[in-house]
Amino acid sequence: FPGLADVSISQDIPVEGEITVPVGSHSPDDDYSTLDEPVKDTIMRDLKAVGKKFVHVMYPRKSSALLRDWDLWGPLVLCVSLALMLQGGSADSKDDGGPQFAEVFVIIWFGAVVITLNSKLLGGTISFFQSLCVLGYCVMPLTVAMLVCRLVLLAGAGTVSFIIRLIVVGAMFAWSTLASTAFLADSQPPNRKALVVYPIFLFYFVISWMILTFTPQ
Amino acid sequence: QGGGSAVIDMENMDDTSGSSFEDMGEMHQRMKEEEEEEAEGEAGAGEEEDGEFLGMKGLRGQLGRQVADQMWQVGKRQASRAFSLYANIDILRPYFDVEPVQVRARLLESMIPVKMINFPQKIAGELYGPLMLVFTLVAILLHGMKTSDTIIREGTLMGTAIGTCFGYWLGVSSFMYFLAYLCNAQITMVQMLSLLGYGLFGHCITLFVTYNIHFHSLFYIFWLVVGGLSTLRMVAVLVSRTVGHTQRLILCGTLAALHMLFLLYLHFAYHKVVEGILDTLEGPNMPPFQRVARDIPVVSNAVLNTTAKTIALTL
Repeated sequence: FPGLADVSISQDIPVEGEITVPVGSHSPDDDYSTLDEPVKDTIMRDLKAVGKKFVHVMYPRKSSALLRDWDLWGPLVLCVSLALMLQGGSADSKDDGGPQFAEVFVIIWFGAVVITLNSKLLGGTISFFQSLCVLGYCVMPLTVAMLVCRLVLLAGAGTVSFIIRLIVVGAMFAWSTLASTAFLADSQPPNRKALVVYPIFLFYFVISWMILTFTPQ
Repeated sequence: QGGGSAVIDMENMDDTSGSSFEDMGEMHQRMKEEEEEEAEGEAGAGEEEDGEFLGMKGLRGQLGRQVADQMWQVGKRQASRAFSLYANIDILRPYFDVEPVQVRARLLESMIPVKMINFPQKIAGELYGPLMLVFTLVAILLHGMKTSDTIIREGTLMGTAIGTCFGYWLGVSSFMYFLAYLCNAQITMVQMLSLLGYGLFGHCITLFVTYNIHFHSLFYIFWLVVGGLSTLRMVAVLVSRTVGHTQRLILCGTLAALHMLFLLYLHFAYHKVVEGILDTLEGPNMPPFQRVARDIPVVSNAVLNTTAKTIALTL
């Protein structure tokens, strides 16, 4: 076998190269192709994605669409609308409008970050932003509850309205917690689900409490 | 010999090339800025001019510059690696390695004082339970503040609650750890955090009950019994890990005082507002304000009365 005798590599040619797995190598092509499309298409595509996620939250099924393509538009819109609606609910509202908005904003995002860190430390397989995305989208039932509460408070602020508000907020709180649990608890080891659910329960409880005790000026 | 060689002959380096480490950092930055400016402007700028720009002379200067450049890159890589090592949350992962059954067992145990104080008791260095208890205490405090109608500054209510609870947990733990270090007690910082955190379970129960049922005597009973039990447990565990009577006394006295006083503070800071409102709503009795001025006409007297009443109501 004369041809096989010379299979060795020459000594003065260094063997070098790169061992990288080109995972996101298709994204430059995507950028080029989506850069040329009209702005309306981009906006409609993003809006459709956000709308699809809202539907997933309203009917929580075990689908992975919410987790796979995470985005933070929906949580931002929900958080801002909730903070705006919770404004002006104190005795001296003339100088307390600012801190309330910032307070709600900080509570929601800080709470979501803490829950995410907690679930990661407990051995979760979900990524940071995916968890933020799920927790933010599951604030939607509570935003709906806030809207309903404001409408009920327009009619009057008696005991009946308090009972109605209590029922509505309680139902939406349970819905939020169940929806986020359906998405997040699957990523945990099975015997530790309770450890992850409890902080989520506390988080939505605090938000529900803020909504329930809101009394407009 | 290009820039990729690992062995560099240092004896040929020119001392006057000015390639000290700090200068290299600056020059690296300037080079990057100049590259960006050139990239924005012309298509192909002459990179051979860089040497003359920075005042480097000749081949020796170039070599020295490359050496220092490499050192800068290596240093930057090491610094970023060190940062990712210490800012990694995986450091905290072993403290969150618990099962729900364990958490429940530890919660119940935190109310049962141990009897054996001559043998060092085991403390689990776990942070999940204490962290959740602190957050629960924050939620209960918020509930208490709402029911006592301190809605005036809603923005800072949340901040006050979080600051109080976390400040107590972290601050008193650090202080007790420092005292334990002085008194030669065998306890680590994580164990102290864990011990104090689980001791807040009694506080949570007491406040949860007494914020909803407003009886002073009920609160005092709960304070003594529930608060006392959890304090006794913490004190017993600390005593079992300390040697010497004076040291035991110092440690346990401080911890008991701080823990019980914190519960008293949490109750009374947010409870007296409710008392004030209940008192003014009970009957047509005057709010406790002294009217010092005399010879005031009837009109301004009535104005004073109504103002005092509304102030007491809004408090």
